Amino acid sequence: MSSVASPASAAAPSSPEPLIVARGLTKSFDGFEAVKGIDLEVRPGEFFGFLGPNGAGKSSTMRMIACVSPVSSGTLRLFGLDPARDGARIRARIGVVPQLDTLDTELSVQENLWIYGRFFDLPRSECRRRATELLEFAQLSDRADSVVEHLSGGMKRRLSIARSLINDPELLLLDEPTTGLDPQARHVLWERLYRLKQQGVTQVLTTHYMDEAEQLCDRLVVMDQGRIVAEGSPRELIDRYSTREVLELRFAAGTNDQHGALLAGIGDKQEVLPDRVLVYADDGEAALSEAHHRGARPESALVRRSSLEDVFLQLTGRSLVD
Amino acid sequence: MSTPGPLRVVNSHVVVFRRFWRLNVLSSFVQPMLYLLGLGVGVGALVDRNAGSTDTLGGVPYVAFVAPGVIVTTAMTIGALESMWPVMGGLRWRREYHGMAATPLGATDIVLGHGIWMAVRAGVAAAAVGVALALFDDTRSWGLLPAIVVAMFVGIAFAMPTMAYSIGAEMDGAFAALQRFVIIPLFLFGGAFYPLSQLPEAVQWIARAFPLWHGVVVARGFTTDHGAPIDWVAVAGHLGYVALWAVVGTVVAVRRLERRLYP
Ligand SMILES: Nc1ncnc2c1ncn2[C@@H]1O[C@H](COP(=O)(O)OP(=O)(O)OP(=O)(O)O)[C@@H](O)[C@H]1O
Ligand SMILES: [Mg+2]
Repeated sequence: MSSVASPASAAAPSSPEPLIVARGLTKSFDGFEAVKGIDLEVRPGEFFGFLGPNGAGKSSTMRMIACVSPVSSGTLRLFGLDPARDGARIRARIGVVPQLDTLDTELSVQENLWIYGRFFDLPRSECRRRATELLEFAQLSDRADSVVEHLSGGMKRRLSIARSLINDPELLLLDEPTTGLDPQARHVLWERLYRLKQQGVTQVLTTHYMDEAEQLCDRLVVMDQGRIVAEGSPRELIDRYSTREVLELRFAAGTNDQHGALLAGIGDKQEVLPDRVLVYADDGEAALSEAHHRGARPESALVRRSSLEDVFLQLTGRSLVD
Repeated sequence: MSTPGPLRVVNSHVVVFRRFWRLNVLSSFVQPMLYLLGLGVGVGALVDRNAGSTDTLGGVPYVAFVAPGVIVTTAMTIGALESMWPVMGGLRWRREYHGMAATPLGATDIVLGHGIWMAVRAGVAAAAVGVALALFDDTRSWGLLPAIVVAMFVGIAFAMPTMAYSIGAEMDGAFAALQRFVIIPLFLFGGAFYPLSQLPEAVQWIARAFPLWHGVVVARGFTTDHGAPIDWVAVAGHLGYVALWAVVGTVVAVRRLERRLYP
């Protein structure tokens, strides 16, 4: 595991002054350590991502960064401030989309935005103006007067995202923002988040969608069991942890293990998943003819370029699909 | 100029209330009116016929005796009930407290905001009862005004400890217990509808441990004319005890909420 990011390499180039700095950050819940000492730096304007399987500690880390969860040990600084002392001041400058919605479901869509703006002490007129803009942003203008309880799950999510922007945050924390969104809404959101990035808003994202991470993140870390196991840009991670191409083979149900054995030695590595067998090779077509040559008769075969999903699989031993 | 955090929280309560006020105001008004009519007119007719009873009541008609009791129990009920399900919902179901916790607001703002809002709600409900009482000769008095203020304090004194209880509660079944074992018994045995002296000594002491009786005694002192000047030292003592409940409830609620919102 020599290629695993050491604390030193997880630190980004140090200019300009990083907006988030974490050193040896841990989080314990009644003796259970959910985050086991992570180091990271996020620069202003950067789009930073956390990947990792369920329970890896992504949300626990995000909540510490959002100043809604005290640090157990290590240090954390945002805008150079200490969350333990200046939590409220930091929260005034950030926007948070939590993993679970915290909307007031009894209120209408725009009432949610108004009262949230008031929590940040924005003047009423400003709350109204921004609410109108953000409804546009979230494509919810026609639902402005609907009671939140009656919105679909994806619409609630979009409202959560819109609400997180009410205070014009310098830092936006997005914990699985697109879970529950339909593909069209996801693509619209990506475009909106990209626009925010162009406006200089720093963003930190967690997601289980590898395509989302690949599209949006300048740099990301993969977390597993409370630790950072890799760090880099999506491209760097793919180059470092995967082969150029991947051959995906599907066999009759229940024969994957047996076929995995048959394919041993082809390409750099094989991975037997519940629904398919992956062969990592720089030349996927060559690997496929070798497989045929050995008598494998897959129901389907596909050669594709490596993606972040393969990196994820290599690093965490877990598939996202299952 | 910045708005204090608790008032920003109150603003959100007002926005929610705007949706439901009709039903809310109606029900918080109808209930005390029913008690007043049922007890004041029905029971009152019986009681007032008996010269011995009117002496126990300090020489006033029964309806005048229960009137401050109805004002203060109305405030108690609002303060307690509105600090049960709405608080648990904010923390566990709708989770809007968690939304507030992610803004510059904190547990203290949420708890104080709730307290101010409860003062408004309890005060308004008590005032509505006060207006109705002012319509009748037997109950009309300037003393209704300070009695409403006293009722408001009692509302807060029940709201804050109930909020602390609700933050710690795991399931809403806990509220049925609180109502059955505290609120309803206090309603019946708390000195609101007959003098505490009618009850066994031990029960009297239990009733005196809660803020209701203290509020009722003070309010009754204002609304009924017993020919003697008001004992301000006693009033201060009673109200101080009511305030103690509010303060302790607030402190415990803040501590518990802090731990729940920022784990
Ligand atoms: N408030 C809490 N009390 C106790 N344990 C907690 C608490 N919050 C999180 N945990 C535990 O910490 C671990 C990490 O959880 P966390 O929510 O950070 O994971 P995650 O990476 O966000 O996972 P997911 O992808 O499922 O959202 C889990 O084992 C979880 O049970
Ligand atoms: Mg999570």
